[in-house]
Amino acid sequence: MADRITKNMARNIYFGGSLFAILVFVGLTFDTVQKVPELSNDDQITHSVASGKNLWEVNNCVGCHTIMGEGAYYAPELANVFDRRGNANEEYFKSYLQAWMAAQPLPNNGRRKMPQFNLTEEQVNDLADFLIWTSRIDDNDWPPNIEG
Amino acid sequence: MKYSSQMVAKPYFIFALILLAGEILFGLILGLQYINGDFLFPEIPFNVARMVHVNLLIVLILFGFMGAAYYLVPEESERELWSPLLAKITFWVFAAAGVATILGYLFVPYATLAEVTYNDLFPTMGREFLEQPTITKIGIVLVVLSFILNIGMTVLKGRKTVITVVLLTGLIGMAVFFLFAFYLPENLVLDKFFWWFVIHLWVEGVWELILGAILSFVLIKVTGVDREHIDKWLYLIIAMTLVSGILGTGHHYFYIGTPDYWLWIGSIASAVEPLPFFLMVLYAFTMAKQRRIDHDNKIALTWAKGTAVIAFLGAGVWGFMHTLAPVNYFTHGTQLTAAHGHLAFFGAYIMILFTIIAYCMPIMRGRPHGNCLKAQAVERASFWLMVIGMLGVTFALTAAGIAQIMMQRWPETGALGFMATQAELIPIYKVRFAFGLMVFIGLLTYLYSFFVKEPETVRS
Repeated sequence: MADRITKNMARNIYFGGSLFAILVFVGLTFDTVQKVPELSNDDQITHSVASGKNLWEVNNCVGCHTIMGEGAYYAPELANVFDRRGNANEEYFKSYLQAWMAAQPLPNNGRRKMPQFNLTEEQVNDLADFLIWTSRIDDNDWPPNIEG
Repeated sequence: MKYSSQMVAKPYFIFALILLAGEILFGLILGLQYINGDFLFPEIPFNVARMVHVNLLIVLILFGFMGAAYYLVPEESERELWSPLLAKITFWVFAAAGVATILGYLFVPYATLAEVTYNDLFPTMGREFLEQPTITKIGIVLVVLSFILNIGMTVLKGRKTVITVVLLTGLIGMAVFFLFAFYLPENLVLDKFFWWFVIHLWVEGVWELILGAILSFVLIKVTGVDREHIDKWLYLIIAMTLVSGILGTGHHYFYIGTPDYWLWIGSIASAVEPLPFFLMVLYAFTMAKQRRIDHDNKIALTWAKGTAVIAFLGAGVWGFMHTLAPVNYFTHGTQLTAAHGHLAFFGAYIMILFTIIAYCMPIMRGRPHGNCLKAQAVERASFWLMVIGMLGVTFALTAAGIAQIMMQRWPETGALGFMATQAELIPIYKVRFAFGLMVFIGLLTYLYSFFVKEPETVRS
């Protein structure tokens, strides 16, 4: 194959092909940015959800967990943790998360350990709000089942 | 070595190798934590060790790229480096900032690190691979800019070759896409969407340009093949890379809240992504077959061929395995992803560093014909130890991923929970650790090869 292609042809394929790919990608990026607010319920990002996301970041939660499948693979998926542990009740989920965060690290021998982050009650509630908001993102029905 | 300023590359390579040793060491720590959750807890929690592991990887690759560019650009441009002094200063600034950041991860709780570096004023922290404090990110930008200025001026003032122009394109692309690291929207979906502009468009985009340029340089040097021929192959490879890789970003937009047309676009475009890596295999082996000189530095060609093959396996084959949306629905975020990530990074970006180092380090040490036979034999042993070790790690993680999917993802009812599944996988993680140890022994063997004494006759 390579014998029939000259250097100039190869260069033109490179420039033409890349330009085409970049243009399509930029176009789709604009379209995606337009559509994400509806798919993610952007209007429901309250101060508490935003603050929960910040806590998620500054405590490096993604260093062990995944969220919508991205992150480390050491600890459970959390984009659907509200569906899994929340009993379809926001207040129930918040009290669950308060107890869970306070109990860390669990004393079980050999079990993977989550550090104690010493978050305040308000911070844990913010984190819960962020995870509840995340659980409602339209992510093409992922994960396949409740276990994440 | 034609120009004395090429020597600035040496500390970059040495430092990259030191960081690589650290990276693998932390990989072993993580491997043990997968087996026993109490290991080094609470001294080094998993997330901290992982941060160190992946950040060392990124930084060492950047050091390697810089070393490669400082070595090959003067030679290609047929002139001295624009400013060797700037290259030396950049080295120390980058090394100091890198070490300080890693020590910060290890000795300061991450939330405190965020606080003392004023993350609140300009939040960028807490995302995978972009964990660096904002101040470090700004430092990276300055270092990369000074590096690109230095390389760019050398290219502009000297002979322009396809290799240097492609390299420079890759480096500029790298700098441009890194700027998205500074954009952290409140909406998690947009955050993830643009996060991939850094991660994917680096690894499966512009970095492949840099990889192709370095590989081409070494192939010209050790095979003596006509430059016209090399240029044509390089253009074809990077054409396929960008055509498939840019829209291939879509394979990350399946299940993160982005529109569903990405299911199709991501699947189709990224199904083509193995092609440039396959071309790279053909390229390396064809050039080796058509070689016009028999360079005494045989091991450099071994590394070059190895890079192409393992990159094809890791990035191409293991990537394709789970890149189609219906498959990815089940594999997304499992150990299969980890399997792909490990072999792809090793094959493409670690082995290319071994390739360029194998070629130019002997020259910089006054051995224009390569290291002596004994040193090359030791290096060849390390090649196989590391390659087989990484393949073992990859196969183990693949097995773990498949088992995880069967237990946790596939069943519609009665699926095993995440933690219970992981407990079942521990025997496989033990196998993974054993192969990880083999990689580390391979690296130690490799480092030892630098200290094998040259026989007197060769020296004279």
